[in-house]
Amino acid sequence: MQEFLQQVLSGIASGGIYASLALALVLIYNAMGLVNFAQGEMAMFATFLAFTLIGRGMDYWIALPLTIAIAFVGGIVIQRVVIRPVERAPVLTLVIVTLGLATLINGLAGFFFGYLPRLFPSPFSVQTIDIFGAAASWQDLGVIAVSGVVLVLVFLMLQRTTVGLAMRAAAHNPEASRLLGIRVSWMLALGWGLASAVGAVSGIMVAPILYLEPNMMQTVIIYAFAAAVLGGIESPLGAVIGGLIVGVTVNLAGTYLPGVGGDLQLAVAFAIIIAVLVIRPNGLLGRRAMRRA
Amino acid sequence: MRFVGRAPRRYWLIALGVIVFAGLPTQVTSFQSLEWAEVLIFAIVIMGLNLLVGYSGQISLGHGAFMAVGAYTTAILVHRYHVDYLLTIPIAGLLTGLVGFFLGIPALRLSPLYLALATFALAVITPSLIKRPENLTQGTQGILLAPQQPPDWASSLFAGVTGGPAMTSDQWLYYLCFIVAAALFWVAWNIVRRRPGRALMAIRDGEVAAAASGVNVAGYKTLAFGLSAFYAGVAGALYALATGFVSPDTFPVSLSFQLLVGAVIGGLGSIAGPLFGGIFTFWLPIISSQFVQTQDWIPDQVASVFKNAGPAVTYGALLILIMIFAPNGLVGLILSAYARLRSRLRGVGERTTGQLPPDPQTI
Repeated sequence: MQEFLQQVLSGIASGGIYASLALALVLIYNAMGLVNFAQGEMAMFATFLAFTLIGRGMDYWIALPLTIAIAFVGGIVIQRVVIRPVERAPVLTLVIVTLGLATLINGLAGFFFGYLPRLFPSPFSVQTIDIFGAAASWQDLGVIAVSGVVLVLVFLMLQRTTVGLAMRAAAHNPEASRLLGIRVSWMLALGWGLASAVGAVSGIMVAPILYLEPNMMQTVIIYAFAAAVLGGIESPLGAVIGGLIVGVTVNLAGTYLPGVGGDLQLAVAFAIIIAVLVIRPNGLLGRRAMRRA
Repeated sequence: MRFVGRAPRRYWLIALGVIVFAGLPTQVTSFQSLEWAEVLIFAIVIMGLNLLVGYSGQISLGHGAFMAVGAYTTAILVHRYHVDYLLTIPIAGLLTGLVGFFLGIPALRLSPLYLALATFALAVITPSLIKRPENLTQGTQGILLAPQQPPDWASSLFAGVTGGPAMTSDQWLYYLCFIVAAALFWVAWNIVRRRPGRALMAIRDGEVAAAASGVNVAGYKTLAFGLSAFYAGVAGALYALATGFVSPDTFPVSLSFQLLVGAVIGGLGSIAGPLFGGIFTFWLPIISSQFVQTQDWIPDQVASVFKNAGPAVTYGALLILIMIFAPNGLVGLILSAYARLRSRLRGVGERTTGQLPPDPQTI
């Protein structure tokens, strides 16, 4: 029982990371009906920036918000330069462009920072405290706390501010929003910036666990895909719930199912994706998709 | 003779291409012909991808996984069960085609976006899945195959025609890939020109309209998936024979990316495109890293990093640039340049022909 609780807790911690990245995916999906395959790589690049800043002697708690701010601007720049020219293109084109973006960023990271796995500093100690008999590490609790704060902030911004309202309106009904004087194209850019910032948090949170290297996010993005699909790809709340479910499920499967250790945990995420798409394509919280000719 | 004289110009181009590729091993070294065999293998799998993406409008990021199925089928059959290697090629193709067909059934219900997600995840987990049945796939160690010797008739024919030394095993493998590639390109050409091809394109351009016109949408979509996987399986089998070695790391996610890049750069929805795509996919990483190594002004440190990162950067940048500026790929560029040249030469007013529709990949 104790071990079970412990696994659930560390599952929630990784779930928080997946939830952040899944939320980033959902933000972009809502803005333009596109799954951004480059989300993980963008987060990885931001994490390298944070690593460089901390390596130069900057305090972790200054480097974290600074990196998030840089990621925000970076996301907007990427949207303006790379995505905007193909904004109205078919989905296939957009998917290929984000794949190109993923490859490009991955290569650039390799170019600038190299392929050696690096130890990323964590502000949280690996010591454990006792919660209901389970030994929880400060590391896990810290990750849960930071992810939670970020998710709440994004939620408040989307639901309680004028900008958030404008963003949701632009995504929901671009034509009407344009008539009301909302600059729809810039709202899309804002969505990219926000997604990039949220993704950066997930990268920085996961780096102390996985070691930082250009291919770090390749597995995390699969879990995030699974989380987003499970939650219903257009629902931010669904992404968070999906992330937590995926995190806990994968962790428990890795511990208790024989043969599902290490790299085969990814297969669990794959199975979740396929199962959701076949049984309930709209996910847990998604609206039923309507098909139009 | 009058038939030859009246043949459309593209037949001449095809004949030229066939002659160039048939004569290639006599002009290059034995090792280089093996490299070109890999180019043709890439061309085959990209042709399969093109049938799926370019003609039926479905996307797959998992063709590396299909190649892995084909390659491992051949490797296991040859290594463990000592089946004749020529026989394993169609077996690998059919088995992979069957796998693709069954994967195509859940794919029917998925929008292109979800399909991309599912196949991407498939490509990511493939290496881990291959490692598991260790007594069958020999795990991370991989399977080593002995090089295949050319049969006597081919060897003596080659020596007779070129008047040189007998055929090497690399040259034999090249010709094997050449014959298979030519046959499969011919099949693809016939498919897209006839009823199935028209049905696929109708589905790509408007599923509802296609269904209203009596096209069996579900049937043709799964058929496209199966056919595409068949191509990938055959290519995988040839790859196992040509390189003589398969391991889980032979089929990383980046392979599936590379294949998609090749299909896009060559030109989606064209028959010649995959050939360009194959040439490009194979040679770009090699040439770019060789080029950097020979340049003295680039410091060694940068050069060694570029060897790893260079292809990724180039692929990514090219993919984005081509999608923005030339969505029909190299073939589209060539065709539009040709059309422009013709209208310039013949004067304005002439109806331009041979141009692809402005945006053939509507979903």
